[in-house]
Amino acid sequence: MTLGETLPYIVPELVLAVGAMALLIAGVFLGEARARFISLGAVGVLIAALIVVVLTPVEPGVSLFSGAFAIDAYASFAKIIIFAAAVVAILMSDRYLGGDELGRFEYPVLIVLSVFGMAMMVSATDLISLYMGVETQSLALYILAAFNRDSRRSTEAGLKYFVLGALSSCLLLYGASLIYGFTGSTQFDDIARAASASGQNVGLVVGLVFLIAGLAFKVSAAPFHMWTPDVYEGSPTPVTAFFAAAPKLAAMALFARAMVEPFSGVLDDWRPVIALIAVASMAVGAFSAIQQTNIKRLMAYSSIGHMGYALIGLAAGTADGVGAVLIYMAIYIAMTIGTFACILLMRRKGGMTENISDLSGLTRTNMPLAAMLTVLFFSLAGIPPLAGFFGKWEVFVAAVDAGLVWLAVTGAVISVISAYYYLRVIWIMWFNEPAPAFERERTPALGAAGVVATLLMFPIIPVFIGALIEAANKAAAALF
Amino acid sequence: MNEIATLSMDQQPWLSLITFLPLIGAAAIAIRRLGARADQNGDLEPREQQQLDGIARKVALFFTVGTFLVSAIVFLLYYDKTEAGYQLVEQLPWLGGGINYKMGVDGISILFVLLTTFIMPLCILASWTSITKRVADYMIAFLVLETLMIGVFCALDLFLFYFFFEGSLIPMFLIIGVWGSSGTKEFAGVTMPSRVYAAVKFFLFKLLGSVLLLVAMAWMYFAAGTTDIPTLQEFNFPAGAQKWLWLAFFASFAVKMPMWPVHTWLPDAHVQAPTAGSVILAAILLKMGGYGFLRFSLPMFPIASLDFAPFMFALSIIAIIYTSLVALAQEDIKKLIAYSSVAHMGFVTMGIFTGTKQGIEGALFQMLSHGFISGALFLCVGVLYDRMHTREIAAYGGLVHRMPFYAFIFLFFTMGNVGLPGVSGFVGEFLTMAGAFKANSWIAFFAAFGVILSAAYALRLFRQVMYGDLVKSNLMAIEDVNVRELGMLVALMAFALYLGVYPLPALEVFAPAVDGLLENYTAAIAAGGA
Repeated sequence: MTLGETLPYIVPELVLAVGAMALLIAGVFLGEARARFISLGAVGVLIAALIVVVLTPVEPGVSLFSGAFAIDAYASFAKIIIFAAAVVAILMSDRYLGGDELGRFEYPVLIVLSVFGMAMMVSATDLISLYMGVETQSLALYILAAFNRDSRRSTEAGLKYFVLGALSSCLLLYGASLIYGFTGSTQFDDIARAASASGQNVGLVVGLVFLIAGLAFKVSAAPFHMWTPDVYEGSPTPVTAFFAAAPKLAAMALFARAMVEPFSGVLDDWRPVIALIAVASMAVGAFSAIQQTNIKRLMAYSSIGHMGYALIGLAAGTADGVGAVLIYMAIYIAMTIGTFACILLMRRKGGMTENISDLSGLTRTNMPLAAMLTVLFFSLAGIPPLAGFFGKWEVFVAAVDAGLVWLAVTGAVISVISAYYYLRVIWIMWFNEPAPAFERERTPALGAAGVVATLLMFPIIPVFIGALIEAANKAAAALF
Repeated sequence: MNEIATLSMDQQPWLSLITFLPLIGAAAIAIRRLGARADQNGDLEPREQQQLDGIARKVALFFTVGTFLVSAIVFLLYYDKTEAGYQLVEQLPWLGGGINYKMGVDGISILFVLLTTFIMPLCILASWTSITKRVADYMIAFLVLETLMIGVFCALDLFLFYFFFEGSLIPMFLIIGVWGSSGTKEFAGVTMPSRVYAAVKFFLFKLLGSVLLLVAMAWMYFAAGTTDIPTLQEFNFPAGAQKWLWLAFFASFAVKMPMWPVHTWLPDAHVQAPTAGSVILAAILLKMGGYGFLRFSLPMFPIASLDFAPFMFALSIIAIIYTSLVALAQEDIKKLIAYSSVAHMGFVTMGIFTGTKQGIEGALFQMLSHGFISGALFLCVGVLYDRMHTREIAAYGGLVHRMPFYAFIFLFFTMGNVGLPGVSGFVGEFLTMAGAFKANSWIAFFAAFGVILSAAYALRLFRQVMYGDLVKSNLMAIEDVNVRELGMLVALMAFALYLGVYPLPALEVFAPAVDGLLENYTAAIAAGGA
């Protein structure tokens, strides 16, 4: 494929890359007082990329750059959600960054750059482009974690994230080099051929395990989750809101593609590993969250648990399983963004509060906020009739289809344990005596994000949830 | 949207209307509540608050009564009592791939729909003056709960059933936790309000039971390719799988029912819940377990049901005798009635698994009658609690001197609970015993002890609360039932008496569906055994 033929397919990535650089230059000239313009510009860039993705035909999928980069339904599905989540994240940060002397123009630029990395990740069909995507995204995220540079917690979070992230990148690279050594290629197609042909190949399996370890770190699955609670707690809350949504989907989508495309021939070798990681994540998420008093830490453990559930779908290793992963992640992102919008609304005496006990009696002091949080937490717990339940149902069906009934049962039982800590937050809001009310300010972006996310939790309307399931399954089918 | 609008239905969506009517009421109250102007601390002005509360009560009553009227009209005009299959069926595509929004009723479910719509207005009335804080939230919770409960009985898709079945936990959790009684409880070194303990226990017990059902459902969907209940009922799952599926369904329904030994959430929940919450719990939520056994376990897993029948009989007998003995020792009126509910549900499970026409019809009848009688008993306790704010048996005595009407009504329902002929409780107990006798006379023998014991604890309660001299000074001024309370209780009395004297109308409705169920059941067992 010539460059001329290639270009139309990578317009979204080009828009992001060029847009980020243009914004950077504009930011330098406009100065920090005009940081808001840069934010709006970043939103514009992301929306432009989003529109291009939506309009680009994806069937049949094409392979670019000698098989390193795929434009297919799977990548498009992930990109649409990632871009939308990033737009919401920037809009949600607006008020906070202005008010807390964090209004620097680098913030939106870094988000756009990390989104560019994510777009590469979900399209990568080669170990090299995979690594490039992961690093582009991670480097931007390390800086974002430490963005509040005068805060010790934020700096600590950034440093911790960076050191552990570098370690995981090493694991990933080491695994990739082993895989290259034993299969003779970095391209997913060639690896798939070599892996199926070679039969039991110890070197390949060792490389695969390292690759899985590196990717599990990126999705914050246990036992590679250690960084998550500290980074969630230490980072400025809008950054955490961004962390918890788009990068999680990007990493999970990459994870699924990197397992299914090159290694579906050796499914039996990696399935137990993924299943084990899934169980460990669900258990860590459920048990560790019980003790938490900080709502951001709670959300961190909750996200570890949710990654475990999504990985159940991947452990199935089927098209339905990958479809379930995408459905689960899409719903999870809506829940997370909504929850963080609510957390950002917890303001008292001009500052943020993060303690769960601050939510005490919220139903009496601020019913709309309490109602949103209630719906979102019941949904996170996977209770019908809310959307979180549909995600769980899809991954359980995929697991049972693949003969992993034990995994589905384990997940189901652990979901009861995790329901406890979600219930705890809800009962604090409903049953306890009211704490002083939160400040009521006009923050339309946060309010709108919360309300929309809450409404999305009610998938009574068949059109909506049916469309999501159909799109996700179509996307997953592109990998098989 | 066009695609959906053009999908035709067999007929008018009556069941959806009945199901979602209360939800409209809830939405109306919610909009009014959010529209009310509050100060910085979220408090309303007293006048505004009063107005909001009044509107909430009236809207809730209007919608529950309306739902009852609609359901009664649909039952009388559109429901064919002689038809054995599902009626009033409506279907819309939902998640795709064999999961549809499908509603329909048959002889087993229609009366529970009516029971629900009938009990709900009484619950709203029972809360009219006793609930004073957060009235709007309370009414919203009840209306949402009504939608979910009706949905459980109308769903003809397993996924949809689960959707409503589990969903009903949310409003009940809030009802117990927010409007429950005061008091603290020490648990695992933490002191918490006992209503919180009860609400969380209620939620987690039921959730643990139900998640296994979810996995079983996923397996059935994988095996049959659909979650359509009529299709699954004819699917003939392999005998080996039936056992596991049956156990998963059992886990859920046994907790819901509740059966011994997973009944311990019930006394806590009953004691802590406000009066109307207890009524709903006893009259309707418990029935979902029995309904589930009849709708799923028996028709879908007949071979496993037969294999596990002795196990069910054993649990039922233990429930009947053990919880009756426990009831004898209670100091708290509500707890006593709660334990008696567990005992009465023992008759239901016993009747269902006899696999006989009398047994199953008896079980259905027992559930229906228990809905009236235990609901009424909890209302009676509520009457006392509203006046004296205690549920201790020892705090009362000699009430018959001050409250003659109340004493008569309480006596009537006590007798109904015992199973006195002429009251509906008798018919259910008699039929289940007759069915059990056919299956195995020893079971009936042991179950009969339950009847004796129920007389013992119920009469003890009545004697201690009602008879004797009126010596306690704070009881001297207690007032008899007022018109509102009298109206609610008399309505329940009328049904209990009518069905006790002339049970045929209810049995007639059950009969075609039960016959059809048993026909398939015996055929499947014959085929499985051969």
